[in-house]
Amino acid sequence: MTAVAAASRQPTDWGHPRLAQRLRRRHRSERLFRAIGLSALVVAVGFLALLLGTMLKDGVSGFVQTQARIDTTLDPATLELSADRSPEALASANYLAVYLRDVRESLGQDGVRIASINGWTELRRRVLEDPGLVGQRLTLWVPVRSEVDQYAKGRIDVGADPTLAPIRPEQVRAYARLEAEGRIRKAFNRTFLSAADSTSPESAGIRGAFVGSLLTILVTLALAFPVGVLAAIYLEEFAPKNRWTDLIEVSINNLAAVPSIIFGLLGLAVFLNTMGLPRSAPLVGGMTLALMTLPVIVIAARAAIKAVPPSIREAALGIGASRLQTVFQHVAPLALPGILTGTIIGVARALGETAPLLMVGMRAFIVDAPRGFTDPATVLPVQIFLWSDDVNRGFVEKTSAAILVLLAFLLAINAVAVYLRNRYERKW
Amino acid sequence: MDATFLLLLACGLALFGYVLGRQRAAAFTARAPSWRAVHSRPGFHGSFVALAVAIPALLLLGIWAAVGRPGPSAVGAAIVLLAGLAGGALALRRLEPSFRARTWVERATMLVLLAASVLAIVTTVGIVLSLIVESIRFFERVPVTEFLFGTRWSPQTAIRADQVGSSGAFGAVPLFWGTIFIGAIIAMAVAVPLGLLSAIYLSQYASGIARRILKPVLEVLAGVPTVVYGYFAALTVAPAVRQLGLSLGIEDASAESALAAGLVMGIMIIPFVSSMADDAINAVPQAMRDGSLAMGATSSETVRLVIIPAALPGIVGGILLAVSRAIGETMIVVMAAGLAANLTLNPFKSVTTVTAQIVQLLTGDQEFDSAKTLSAFALGLVLFLITLVLNIWALRIVKRYREAYE
Repeated sequence: MTAVAAASRQPTDWGHPRLAQRLRRRHRSERLFRAIGLSALVVAVGFLALLLGTMLKDGVSGFVQTQARIDTTLDPATLELSADRSPEALASANYLAVYLRDVRESLGQDGVRIASINGWTELRRRVLEDPGLVGQRLTLWVPVRSEVDQYAKGRIDVGADPTLAPIRPEQVRAYARLEAEGRIRKAFNRTFLSAADSTSPESAGIRGAFVGSLLTILVTLALAFPVGVLAAIYLEEFAPKNRWTDLIEVSINNLAAVPSIIFGLLGLAVFLNTMGLPRSAPLVGGMTLALMTLPVIVIAARAAIKAVPPSIREAALGIGASRLQTVFQHVAPLALPGILTGTIIGVARALGETAPLLMVGMRAFIVDAPRGFTDPATVLPVQIFLWSDDVNRGFVEKTSAAILVLLAFLLAINAVAVYLRNRYERKW
Repeated sequence: MDATFLLLLACGLALFGYVLGRQRAAAFTARAPSWRAVHSRPGFHGSFVALAVAIPALLLLGIWAAVGRPGPSAVGAAIVLLAGLAGGALALRRLEPSFRARTWVERATMLVLLAASVLAIVTTVGIVLSLIVESIRFFERVPVTEFLFGTRWSPQTAIRADQVGSSGAFGAVPLFWGTIFIGAIIAMAVAVPLGLLSAIYLSQYASGIARRILKPVLEVLAGVPTVVYGYFAALTVAPAVRQLGLSLGIEDASAESALAAGLVMGIMIIPFVSSMADDAINAVPQAMRDGSLAMGATSSETVRLVIIPAALPGIVGGILLAVSRAIGETMIVVMAAGLAANLTLNPFKSVTTVTAQIVQLLTGDQEFDSAKTLSAFALGLVLFLITLVLNIWALRIVKRYREAYE
């Protein structure tokens, strides 16, 4: 545009209706865009709220158990106990006979279908805790059957056709009678936290899976943390720039993005089929997860080591420390908070992982917590998966309750990571 | 004698060697006329002896275990004791003020560091080799072309020869389609707009407080285990989607649908897309933003006409990474997408994916050498290669984009 043309142009009339209209239109589209952005965020956060809300709604009742009160006499004759009161003899006594007899006496003939079949284990637990109870009379709260429990919690609707409902009409009647007699209560579900898996929902718990998760993650941590930190130190501080180190770097970055199920295939092919390690063991699960977590730790540790300023290294080298002394005595301790934060995040991810553990067979049905690294075990996410597959509807609330425990556990771990980061991480 | 005991024995012996070496070095360091006469600190002498004990003991023990543990189990303990004591004795004799123990120890440490970082390559090679070896055995039974281009997937091989459908069909195209349909189409249709818009809102409009609260909330979404999403998809979303399908007049809307799995997977990917987009947007130079705003453009015009086009390569790279993550995702599809290998465009029908089939094939009762079991490794190989290509491609785009603005 030449100077003449510019001078001859009319000055813009900002008050012109068409300009005002255009401005209004632009501002309108600005507001619209902003609203769309906000609604995207609201949808994402709303989904999270919906997910947590659903789990809470279904799961909280999993921590509550409906129980029936029975009066029982632990007479040695029915228990088939001789004079021997050793723990072995006590553990193998016939509690079932006592239990069945006293349930019938306390709850009535129709009440037999109310109390859980596995309720006799409660008798055994009490006797093993206190052998003096043999021969005594005591009052006991035992869990009710899963369908009665679900009915008591209002989850079963005995609708138009009672024959289709999972609970029988006589059970409903017996329940109403017992409730009126004050023999029913709702209490905290200790079984859920102290028992392992079971085929009947009222006696299933998460302790077995929880212990399995801990053992597995211990193996993962013991392998991935030292190897990951050492690899990061080498790559960041010592590695020469050549084709080999490039290759290492590329493989680490790639491994971080390989789908987790591929690690499961690796574990199956190498650890189980080639090396012949035991199936379903926390050892193998932990090794598989360690390979998966390793790149996460390496990447986090490298970033933390890189953040330590060169002046620290120069000072140490300047007063005569060797390179290794510099790194291990000065750089690594300063980078430790960052390394730990990254490790915790990697471990939290491994704790929630399911697919690779399914591949190495960690879906064992175990009625007791694993005692060692080579015992068959399962982990919390796999337990959730197994329960979610179960046709018994009593497991719905157990699944959601287990999810709540898992989420709380992961949240606590991540909170530790955030705390570490805020408390110890230095900015130079 | 079990391995734990032997390892503990070796460690105890090494510790003993450390104490001995350290003591001896401390003694001659104290006697030395000046500190210059002693090359290494006593601790290094101790570590040197410990290494001299541990390395031969563990090496021989490893060889003994590798050849199948010949002889009675006490042989293991004897090996550890003899090799460790011999190594330790030789090392102790070498200790003197001028001995360069630090150099030796540091050399050994460097080897350990190198070995740790080589493990990454070993893992990669292990993955590739184990997948390839098993896949080759699979392709000996089923031709590659049938696997890659066949359209019928029914891996049930019969136990008796006269059973119907005893051959088993291994055409993986329905699986590939299901994977792409759920992971790359439906999930991305959810995740890309929501993730991108969330990132834009957080970086351009949200106040400081809102950002500090909302960003971690989005990250929580990323930290939820996939089995939880899967359960949610199967329990809550899938029935709702089925209802929607029925009310739209789709008769055969099934309880397990591509749409339910894809929707939930998309939600899961939102934080991933959002953080990648956030990085890309933040990498756009402030001068471009300021220039646009100074010309009188509104914020939304700046975003749409300046920032997004400038950040596009970074965003595209992020989306590719998100696709790679979505197609490798397992639990959601196992629990919500079903196992029927349908080649369909109808999102209300059940489709199956590569990952869901791998889980299905490898978790039942299985004999290891059947074509059915081996086909899981062939599927794994395809999955690995596709995600590998996507990752390398995406990282290259992102890298080139970053360099453009530096």
